[in-house]
Amino acid sequence: MRSALRFLTLSLLAIAASAAPAAAQTLRVVTTTADLGSLAQEVGGDKVTVVSLAKGYQDPHFVDPKPSFILEVSRANLLIAIGRELEIGWLPPLINNSRNAKVQPGSAGYLDASANVKILEIPTGQITRAMGDVHPAGNPHYWLEPDNGRRIAAAIRDKMSELSPANKAYFAQRYSDFDRRLSDAQKRWEAAMLPYKGTKIVTYHRSWPNFMEHFGLDVIGYVEPKPGVPPSPTHTLELIAEMKRVGAKVIVVEPYFDLKTAQSIASQVGGTVLVLAPSVGGVKEATDYLQLFEYDINLLTSTFKKISGK
Amino acid sequence: MRFPIARSLGLIFALGLVAEPALAQQPPADAAALRAEVTSLRQQLDALEARLAALEGAPAAAPAAPAAAPPVAAAPVVTGASGTADTSKVFNPDTSILANFAGVAGKNPMSDQPSLELTEVEAAFQAVVDPYARADFFLSANPEGLEVEEGFITFTSLPRNLLLKVGKMRAQFGKVNTLHTHVMPTVDRPLVTENLVGGEEGLSDSGISLSKLLPNPILFVEATGEVFRGHSNVFESSSRSELNYVGRLRAYRDITEGSNIDIGTSFATGPTSLASGLSKQLMGVDATFRYRPLRRAIYKRFQARTELIWSRQALQTGPRQKAFGYYGLGEYQFARRWYIGGRYDQSGRLLDESQKDRGGSVFLTYWPSEFSQIRGQYRRTNYDEGTKANEFLFQFNFAIGAHGAHVF
Repeated sequence: MRSALRFLTLSLLAIAASAAPAAAQTLRVVTTTADLGSLAQEVGGDKVTVVSLAKGYQDPHFVDPKPSFILEVSRANLLIAIGRELEIGWLPPLINNSRNAKVQPGSAGYLDASANVKILEIPTGQITRAMGDVHPAGNPHYWLEPDNGRRIAAAIRDKMSELSPANKAYFAQRYSDFDRRLSDAQKRWEAAMLPYKGTKIVTYHRSWPNFMEHFGLDVIGYVEPKPGVPPSPTHTLELIAEMKRVGAKVIVVEPYFDLKTAQSIASQVGGTVLVLAPSVGGVKEATDYLQLFEYDINLLTSTFKKISGK
Repeated sequence: MRFPIARSLGLIFALGLVAEPALAQQPPADAAALRAEVTSLRQQLDALEARLAALEGAPAAAPAAPAAAPPVAAAPVVTGASGTADTSKVFNPDTSILANFAGVAGKNPMSDQPSLELTEVEAAFQAVVDPYARADFFLSANPEGLEVEEGFITFTSLPRNLLLKVGKMRAQFGKVNTLHTHVMPTVDRPLVTENLVGGEEGLSDSGISLSKLLPNPILFVEATGEVFRGHSNVFESSSRSELNYVGRLRAYRDITEGSNIDIGTSFATGPTSLASGLSKQLMGVDATFRYRPLRRAIYKRFQARTELIWSRQALQTGPRQKAFGYYGLGEYQFARRWYIGGRYDQSGRLLDESQKDRGGSVFLTYWPSEFSQIRGQYRRTNYDEGTKANEFLFQFNFAIGAHGAHVF
């Protein structure tokens, strides 16, 4: 027992002796996805360093909580997450093992980016896993809409100003600059997509409701029979029939899904498979939040143009 | 959390609506100040309105639109849509139930595993305790009865990169010892675990665990020191002064974005049940290589792991018995729902270093979803006595409740 007491005393002494480390000059920001990373960089400029954990070409639901990520989170002043249970399978162990009081949920250094954005597909009524991998708090792929990008950036601005009040004016100025560039680009994107309003398309996963709603496309089905459930032959046949019936020609696939089923469906209906970037870095052209939309809108409009001839 | 916020927002919002006309009726004592206040109130209203709209999934309202009835009426809808219909449940812990059903066919005189058995039903309750800690409970109901498999508090907000756990827990000795049954890649545990490290239950005990990150530019390094009561399948203490100590040093490094190496060394020492004052030491080295290409992370992965364990047991008469055992395991995911793997086993026996068992397994796992898996395993074991066993094992693992997240 004496040795146990010694162990305990030493541990407690070690804890008591340590003081809180001094606040860093630049904010160390860790974001779960590259999109949040890009927005944090836009707002934070050279007053922050940004590290994103998941890559844009990686399925954000299934990320390994690697110890190298624990190191990143342990050093962070600010952790920004998508929320809505997108990272439920991998972020909690990273936070728990980070030993970083600043970024625990509820602390000042933790920002759930979904707090003020527009969320779609919030399920109502009884939810069971028979529905597949359904997100009870709504569809977490909400960043794929410019207005939500603006709202996330504003939340990041406020949070960064709170953590680093000396740079408040700097963050505000960076935000309004980003807001202006985003608004200009957004007008361009909306104009480019306008002729194709109502075009019927199919997507692999339910990653695009915000994007499709914003740009006026009509998603008539999914390659996955249910969220997170791989394609089944019956569902594929039904989807082919439905695409033929309504004349849908385009199948949008995220870069982390197998193309085989999508391609065979496309060949059946005489359509096209498009690998769109669901996140910054999803394709190499999507280098930041604006370029992400630039790439996706260009690819969609050029494809629609080819198909419709207008 | 979201739910009470939504409700209080609705309330604040309603109050705001009442407040606005009331303000307008006040005498114009200081018109400028009043106007400023009204403007500020309106801004607050707009912000709240936008927030409400966001919460209920409707487009954020236009900034200038004065709030009419709909947002107030919408407040209950928000609470309903958030999925939690009752505020009393907000602080309930995440709850999940995990079941393991195992079966075996074939002859093995050294094993008493029944042909079919619901070997374990595990109830997990996990939640944040307060701003400084979280708690995890795993209650295990098995044919022997109901027991606390693990139950501990974790202090997550300690300075100096420290993490403190207090309670009953699986010791940080090697890899297999830290794993619950449902995250094992095989139906069984390796021979070396059965012979030297306490089998299924393993080294799991009441105690205190303190671990520290040792940040450096090259590697992830974590050092763990633990002290236990000395009452487990591995150690048995007969007095308060006899305790079980465990130490572990783990290093990890990414090789590429999709591959990494994880190496650890562990040590355990403590009393044994043979007689008071007799001690036992365990030493372990483990290495894991993982490969998972990020673009195809849901379809393909490979993992290779080995653990080497040495034991030293003092006897009442005769020299100390030194035993050694190891396993090597490889597992490959070849389709979204399919895994195949193999394991080679070899292990001495704790009390007689002249005895040695060998074995090998191949296994195939089918994952219908993240919440269930079905596994078959062919196992061949050559026991030191000359007994050979050929067995077919199978397992159904399934879980309901909260979505779990596993430690890497």
